[in-house]
Amino acid sequence: MSIVVFAESSDNQFKKSTFEAISYAKEIGQLIGKDVIAVNISGISNGAELGKYGASKVVNCNNTDGFTADATSDLFASICKELGASVVVLSNTYVGKSVSPRVAVALNASMASNVISVPDLSNGFAVKRGVFSGKAFAIVNLNRDIKVLAITPNSFEINSNGSDCPTESINANASPSKISIKAVNKVTGKIPLTEAELVVSAGRGMKGPENWVMIEELATLIGAATACSKPVSDMGWRPHSEHVGQTGITIKPNLYIAIGISGAIQHLAGVSSSKTIVAINKDPEAPFFKSADYGIVGDAFEVLPQLIQALKN
Amino acid sequence: MKILVCISVVQDTTTKITFTDNDTQFNKAGVQFIVNPYDELAVTRALEIAEANNGTVTIVHVGEADSEPSIRKALSMGANEAIRINANPIDAQFVAEEIAKIATGYDLILTGRESIDYNGGAVCGLLGAMLNIPSINVVTKIDYDGGLFTFDRDIDGGRETVSCAGPVIASAQKDLCEPRIPNMRGIMAARTKPLQIIEASVSNQAVSYLSYTLPAAKSGVKLIDPSNAAELINILKNEVKVI
Ligand SMILES: Cc1cc2nc3c(=O)[nH]c(=O)nc-3n(C[C@H](O)[C@H](O)[C@H](O)COP(=O)(O)OP(=O)(O)OC[C@H]3O[C@@H](n4cnc5c(N)ncnc54)[C@H](O)[C@@H]3O)c2cc1C
Repeated sequence: MSIVVFAESSDNQFKKSTFEAISYAKEIGQLIGKDVIAVNISGISNGAELGKYGASKVVNCNNTDGFTADATSDLFASICKELGASVVVLSNTYVGKSVSPRVAVALNASMASNVISVPDLSNGFAVKRGVFSGKAFAIVNLNRDIKVLAITPNSFEINSNGSDCPTESINANASPSKISIKAVNKVTGKIPLTEAELVVSAGRGMKGPENWVMIEELATLIGAATACSKPVSDMGWRPHSEHVGQTGITIKPNLYIAIGISGAIQHLAGVSSSKTIVAINKDPEAPFFKSADYGIVGDAFEVLPQLIQALKN
Repeated sequence: MKILVCISVVQDTTTKITFTDNDTQFNKAGVQFIVNPYDELAVTRALEIAEANNGTVTIVHVGEADSEPSIRKALSMGANEAIRINANPIDAQFVAEEIAKIATGYDLILTGRESIDYNGGAVCGLLGAMLNIPSINVVTKIDYDGGLFTFDRDIDGGRETVSCAGPVIASAQKDLCEPRIPNMRGIMAARTKPLQIIEASVSNQAVSYLSYTLPAAKSGVKLIDPSNAAELINILKNEVKVI
């Protein structure tokens, strides 16, 4: 029996969310007295570094077919079975969201997504998960013997005080995918919004797409991802992948800077779990100020140049 | 072409979320319920594809009788028939297990990317695995040509194009289409369209909801003088230590 982590990677590097998932799994491992095994089907040749975060072994399976929900999940599920997984941990990224339900079915497990707590084992196996698009949390119990947990990125501390661990390779077979990948368009070098620790976001108050030069400059200076409100993506000023809120992406960065966004309830739903929130708005009555930790009541076109200048100094 | 669309019925997006019964139940009092926004996109695109390919669209919903107005809305948008599986639809696994029982024989099954209440985002993958068909998450485009479905889907940091023969299940993301608004004729026609009710039968529930909490309220905003905005950078660097 073991705790198995799906080690996700991007651009031939393990993701930060993978380190979070392994650190998280290690905590569960200490609670239930089991080892953490990281399964690396990413094509990265050696995963020994995952030992630092708490894996006691890395199982490599060379998968050159690329990611498809059906074949990748089948492959991972068959490895989980072989390793006798009792708890399976993934990140709740686009990849993790595609894989976790299929793996849960294959293992006849209980699953929870958006998980933000270590399980409470005092009376079953209960975890806290985000619901109502960030407006609330639910405590849910996973009733079946095997549990699949997809954890929210940026919710757990990375613990890297271990050391490299042994690796082994495994030959697992999965039926080939029925899906064929025609084209992949990835923006490289940009931080995916769901995993970003810092986010600079702007709304209709920026008046037009040409003014995002300032937003991007500020974001680049602090190493943040960019986001926007719904009308901004609806009008095509920004790509819809940047739209946060109830009908967009829910994010949980350490810092969320909202510029020229009023703070409508549907917008707040997607961002209110951010650790520190800064609102910049020229209207002192803007609802965002009620949900912010820091605020500047002022014109973005005057405030932004000052912030950029201060960062350059 | 037979298409099945799974819809959930959720609280209106302006709802202030509260709980009752010692924080174990979502407080439905005064709440307006709507078709989940992503599911409306799924219904719309399903109708467009069915209309172009001489097909039919069936709606399935796991829920109690009070969700029938939302099912009728989907019918008034143009769907041919609906099935309601009678149960309280609290968990994604329960919902998928119930739907799996009626979901065979369709070329295309659509869900929303996630429901805006429980945000599971799992029904598409769960059903795909249960029916042993491919699942394609968060699609922004669906085309059908010569027996093949082509999808654009969001991936971490980008977008990809994939193709696949039916049967296949996909989850609708914003950008897929503009939601169709029912017209008067559709609303009239929906009243007499078939709505079949089936009793739920899954007993070994995978997940139970125990209780709810609300996020801690912010302690109040600290305002910074706009003429000295650089102070914000100083605070974020040295006090919050976040940049
Ligand atoms: C079903 C539904 C779902 C929705 N889902 C979402 C969602 O997921 N995400 C989302 O964001 N919205 C969502 N909305 C929309 C939401 O209700 C708001 O309309 C939207 O968030 C407003 O965007 P905004 O703040 O950019 O624009 P506005 O409300 O127009 O606010 C612009 C703000 O900019 C300020 N401003 C103007 N000029 C300046 C300046 N020079 N300097 C500084 N500040 C300035 C103004 O004071 C104002 O507060 C949804 C709505 C519905 C009905």
